[in-house]
Amino acid sequence: MKTFDQEEILLKGLAANDTNAIETIYRENFTAIKAFIIKNNGYSDDARDIFQEAMIVLFEKSKSGSFVLSCQLQTYLYSICRRLWLKKLQKQNRFNPSIESIQEIVPVEDEIDLHEKKNQDFLLMEDALQKIGEPCKSLLEAFYIDKKSMPEIADSFGYTNADNAKTQKYKCLMRLKKIFFAQYKNKD
Amino acid sequence: MDENLLLDAVERYNNGEMNDQERLFFEELRKNNADIDEAAAEHTFFLAQLEKMSEQKSFKHNLNEVENKLINEGIISHSKGRTKARVVYLWNRYRRTIAVAAAIAGVISFSTASLISKYSENKKVAVITPLVDNKLNQFEHKLNQIEHKLNDATATTSRPKFEANFRATGFLVDGNGYIVTNAHVVQNAKNLIVENKKGDQFYANAVYANTVTDLAILKITDTSFKKVSGLPYTFPKSTAELAEPIFTLGYPREEVVYGEGYLSAKSGYYGDTASYQISISVNPGNSGGPVIDKDGEVIGIISSKETNADGVVFAIKSKNIYNALSEIKKEKDVTIKLPTINSLKGLDRVRQIKKLEDFVYKVKGN
Repeated sequence: MKTFDQEEILLKGLAANDTNAIETIYRENFTAIKAFIIKNNGYSDDARDIFQEAMIVLFEKSKSGSFVLSCQLQTYLYSICRRLWLKKLQKQNRFNPSIESIQEIVPVEDEIDLHEKKNQDFLLMEDALQKIGEPCKSLLEAFYIDKKSMPEIADSFGYTNADNAKTQKYKCLMRLKKIFFAQYKNKD
Repeated sequence: MDENLLLDAVERYNNGEMNDQERLFFEELRKNNADIDEAAAEHTFFLAQLEKMSEQKSFKHNLNEVENKLINEGIISHSKGRTKARVVYLWNRYRRTIAVAAAIAGVISFSTASLISKYSENKKVAVITPLVDNKLNQFEHKLNQIEHKLNDATATTSRPKFEANFRATGFLVDGNGYIVTNAHVVQNAKNLIVENKKGDQFYANAVYANTVTDLAILKITDTSFKKVSGLPYTFPKSTAELAEPIFTLGYPREEVVYGEGYLSAKSGYYGDTASYQISISVNPGNSGGPVIDKDGEVIGIISSKETNADGVVFAIKSKNIYNALSEIKKEKDVTIKLPTINSLKGLDRVRQIKKLEDFVYKVKGN
C-alpha cells in the first residue's frame, strides 16, 4: 500500500503527463478494475475503455491544482470506474441493480458530470477542426498544439515567408472560431 | 484596433511574451474598452479550450503507449481476454439454454466439416472465397420454416414464401429500391429477395451484374416496398488512404453484425486496382456489405477474402458504382441517384450504426 506522499508524487507525475506515473497507476489498479467489470457483465475490452476514461478523469483532476485526494488513490479510481460502468450499463439498458461493490466507494458524481461536459466541449473543438479542412487544420495544429514557430511553419507548409503563413493562420483561426462558437453557443 | 492585432496581442500576453510597458498598455486598454475586453476574454477562453484538448490528446497517446507496453508484457490481456470473458458472460446469462446450444453446435460443426471437404476439392475456390453464405445450415432452415409458418398463421404482412439457399448483404444506393451487392451473389440465383432490419421481405431483380468488377445492382420489384429517404452515407470519388479506420455491417448470421478494421492496401488481389485490401473480420454472408470510413463515406463493397491468409479481405472500390450507374443509364435509360447528404459525419459509432442499420439489407436467394 502506498503512503499518502507517494500517491501525491504519482498525481504530480500524472499531471505532467509522465508515462512512468501512468504506468505505475496502471500496474497497481488495472487488475482489480478488470475483475470488477467482468464480474458485472463486462468484457475485458470494456475494462480497458473504462479504465482509460477514469485515467482521463484523474488526469483532469490532477491538473486542476486544487485537487487533494481525500482517500486512497485506489479507492478513488475504483469509485470512478464503478460510476462510469454503471452509466454505460444504463445507456445500453443493461442496468444491473445488484451491481456488486467489492470495495468502499467515495462519491464522484460531480467529477464525472464535469468530465462529461468537458468531453463534449472537446468533441466540439475536434469537430470544428475537422470542418475547417486542410491545410487549415494542420496549420493551426502546428502552431497551437505542436507550438511550432511561424518561420518553421512557413517552411514546412511551403509559404514564401513567415508573414504569409501568419496571414493564412489568422484566416484559418477565424474560421475555426466561428464554427466552434456557433456550436458552442447553440449548445447552451 | 484591428482584430488580427488584438488576437495576436492576447496570445502574446498569455504566453508572457510582452515587455512590461506593452503589458501595462494592454491591461489598461482592456480595462477601458469593454468590447476589446470581451473579445480578449473570448479568445483567451478559446485558446484554453484548444490547449486542454491538445493536452488530453497527448495524455491519451501516452495512455495507449503504456497500455500497449503492458499488453506486450501480458499484464493486460488483449483480445484473447475478450473471448474468455465473453464465455463467462454467456454462461452466466444463458446457463439454461446452454445444453440446447451445445446440441446445435454439434450439428453445425458437422455440416461445416462436410462443407470444408467439399470446398477443398475445388481448387479455384480455395484461393479466394466469395463471402456468400450459400450453405444455410439445417438449423437455420428449420428456423426459417417455423418463421414462415408463423407468418402464414398471422398473415398480416405479405412475406414471400421462400426457401433460400444462400445469404449475403446489400445496401441501398437509391431510396427508390436500388440495392448494391456483389455479382457473385446474384450470378446463379433464380429468385432473389431482400430483407430489411425489421424483417420485411421484398422480391428483387438484378438490373446490373458485372462479373469483372463483381458488382451488381438490384431493384426491389415488390409493390409493397415504399420509397425510403434519408440515406445517411455518401460515395467518395477519390481513393481512400492507407490505414484509414473502416467498419462494416453485414449478415453473416440471421442478425446484423458489425465489424471494424482498417484499409491495408490500395489494390486488391494480385494488384487489382479496382479494389482495396482491407483487414477486417468477415465471414460468409458479409459479401456485398458496405465498407464505411469514420466520416460515413462508403469507400467500398466487401467481396471476398483470401482463404490461405488471415485477415486479408478484398473490397470493391465504390468508384465502380459510378461506372455501373452510367452503364445502367446507357443501357436501360434508368437514372439512379446516389445520396449526396452525409448525416453520419461527426457522430459517434453507436449513433452512426443506428442510422445505418435501416439501409443495409439481407440478400437471399435460390
